[in-house]
Amino acid sequence: MSTHTLSVLVENKPGVLSHVAGLFSRRAFNISSLAVGPTHDERVSRITIVVDGATTPVEQVKNQLDKLVRVLKVVELHDGTAVERELALIKVQVDPALRGQLLEVAGVFGASVVDMSPTTLVLEAVSSPAKLDALLAMLEAYGTCELVRTGRIALARGAGVITDDAPSLTAVPGRTQSAA
Amino acid sequence: MQELTGAQALVRSLEQQGVEVAFGLPGGTILPTYDPLLSSSVRHVLVRHEQGAGHAAEGYAWATGKPGVCIATSGPGATNLVTALSDAYMDSVPLVAITGQVGTKLIGSDAFQEADITGITLPITKHNELVTDVERIPAAIAEAFHIATTGRPGPVLVDVPKDVQQASAPWRLADGEWPPAMELPGYRLPSQPDQAAIEAAAALLLRARRPVLYVGGGVIKSDSHVELLRLAELAQAPVTTTLMARGAIPDTHPLALGMPGMHGCYTAVAALQEADLIVALGARFDDRVTGKLDAFAPRARIVHADIDPAEIGKNRRPDVAISGDLRLTMGRLADAVAAALQRGEQPDTTHWLATLDGWKFQFPLRYSHDPAGPLKPQYVTERLSALTGGDAIVVAGVGQHQMHASQHYSFTKPRSWINSGGAGTMGFAVPAAMGAQVGRPGELVVAIDGDGCFQMTAQELATCAIEKIPIKVLIFNNGFLGMVRQWQELFYEERYSSVELGTDLPDYVKLAEAYGCVGLRCDRVEEVDAVLDKALAPSDVPVVVDFRTHDREGVFPMVPAGKPNDDIVLGPEFTEDEQRAATRREVK
Repeated sequence: MSTHTLSVLVENKPGVLSHVAGLFSRRAFNISSLAVGPTHDERVSRITIVVDGATTPVEQVKNQLDKLVRVLKVVELHDGTAVERELALIKVQVDPALRGQLLEVAGVFGASVVDMSPTTLVLEAVSSPAKLDALLAMLEAYGTCELVRTGRIALARGAGVITDDAPSLTAVPGRTQSAA
Repeated sequence: MQELTGAQALVRSLEQQGVEVAFGLPGGTILPTYDPLLSSSVRHVLVRHEQGAGHAAEGYAWATGKPGVCIATSGPGATNLVTALSDAYMDSVPLVAITGQVGTKLIGSDAFQEADITGITLPITKHNELVTDVERIPAAIAEAFHIATTGRPGPVLVDVPKDVQQASAPWRLADGEWPPAMELPGYRLPSQPDQAAIEAAAALLLRARRPVLYVGGGVIKSDSHVELLRLAELAQAPVTTTLMARGAIPDTHPLALGMPGMHGCYTAVAALQEADLIVALGARFDDRVTGKLDAFAPRARIVHADIDPAEIGKNRRPDVAISGDLRLTMGRLADAVAAALQRGEQPDTTHWLATLDGWKFQFPLRYSHDPAGPLKPQYVTERLSALTGGDAIVVAGVGQHQMHASQHYSFTKPRSWINSGGAGTMGFAVPAAMGAQVGRPGELVVAIDGDGCFQMTAQELATCAIEKIPIKVLIFNNGFLGMVRQWQELFYEERYSSVELGTDLPDYVKLAEAYGCVGLRCDRVEEVDAVLDKALAPSDVPVVVDFRTHDREGVFPMVPAGKPNDDIVLGPEFTEDEQRAATRREVK
């Protein structure tokens, strides 16, 4: 699946997330994952949306998102030039005899144990989506009984910042700003 | 500083914004606002149904180019606006809807007449806002008008809870100071059209042998008809005007091809199919124009100019894309063409124009007309066109009457054709005509309506009669949901399922009279002119004419839905030989 990662800066106002999500359903675009949270500026939230390029016209998605009044900026982040991460919590059923082996697997993937019972372990893994998929495949052998996974978040590598040419949030009396 | 209630601030904001008229109907949660409205300079037209308020505001906006305003209470009042908002969204009509909402403390409690109208209208408004702070009212109103009218126009809804209308705040603006500071950091005004793209488009246009200017509603909305005429004449390029753009160029102009699309003129449809260059101006490659998209204009290169970047490449990938203000774009495109002509370049379209003239002659809009037989809607429309000299403002809803009106009225100027294009809303015509008449009081406003459409919003005749809004309503009464009947005839083996309305119930003459209007009836060809003369005579009383039209008349030509435009069916008035000649046309 060819996925595209979009970072969307939005005004932190009521209804914005539902407007963005509603746009996807109304125009029959498919969302593979979605993560939303505040930025260092409390007036701005950042939504990271992953779409499947095979079923969804990405340029059209970007253009339509750009039209939403509360959307400040839309940027597509590309594999290789961006750091992409997902967080998963995985409850695995494990026979005490196999626990050591399982911990070794977790270690290879940089996952840590955050809870334990006589028959289960909870692993916490933060990694690139591909590496996380590989870990989950390995854990299949033990019996994953519960999985929760966040949407992808992503940040461009290098010195550039997404807000570099984003519109400022200061109101100008009597007129609106026009973004370049 | 003067202390105003939210309601007073709201009404003052409308006044500051220059609003002349609002269409609406009060109810519980908007009551505070209706009090200062009573002594306001804003005229309030009390409708009989909120859908009527919405369409009236649309008609006003279509006719004047100014934003239309409608007001409703919460819950069902607000949801009754939904169809009109959706209609305005599809047809890019600048509209500001103001709705009352239950008090802020009641929101979410399923209170009496509560509906999440901002949630409901998210996908059908350009923007909306629930105002929770009385201090924000002036800015919220100013922003609503700014968003509705700039860029690609559209509807904006402002939802104001009752307690916010009742709370007070100081009016912080000095006399004459308007608008207040707006906070729209994410709202982008159109970019400047790219000059290099314009030059490239001009070069393509002058090199093309078979160019067509595909003109959409954007040309009307941006008032670029002057630029259009200049461009077309300089480049000697023929012009096809979509359903949204009728009147952008006079239908009598030698370069005018008429309407393209599903029920377009043969010449307009075929010209696009055979074009080597299509210059799309404020048009969006809608399915009703393109037919089967893959088979649309297969050999044409595309120049697409639009104010909305999201329209460019949405349906058809352009070779040259120009996003920005359309009037600016078209002016500069005409300049670029003029400069090239100065340098000695010449358009080479003589042969193409001759071919198109041949098609116009060979495959015109045709209907049969028996002077002793039932009335044909096409005939009535043509007589209306002749008797008004193409000078009326014509309003239609959706269906056969709309297509006949668009095809057979000879439009002479922009903003003289108002209809429900994208949404296809039955019941649009009567209230939209009312709004258009309010916006252009001295002019002749004629609604052409189907009997099915008419019955959906006929109650606004009461509004028209009481407010002395003298619209003329011509009902093409064929006793059927005519367009649906036509599809059942063609595609469902003449199995007529739930399409017969009957011509006599209601009695439209009596209905008109009951509403305080003049009611007339006409079912004979020789009476048409006399009845139209009587109906169109200046009066301050609205007129309704019940034209009994042929119940089996169809709309042709027709491209069946989802079929390639090359499959155009000329209709029963053409011989098989003619149809064959039309299908197998050859273009050198």
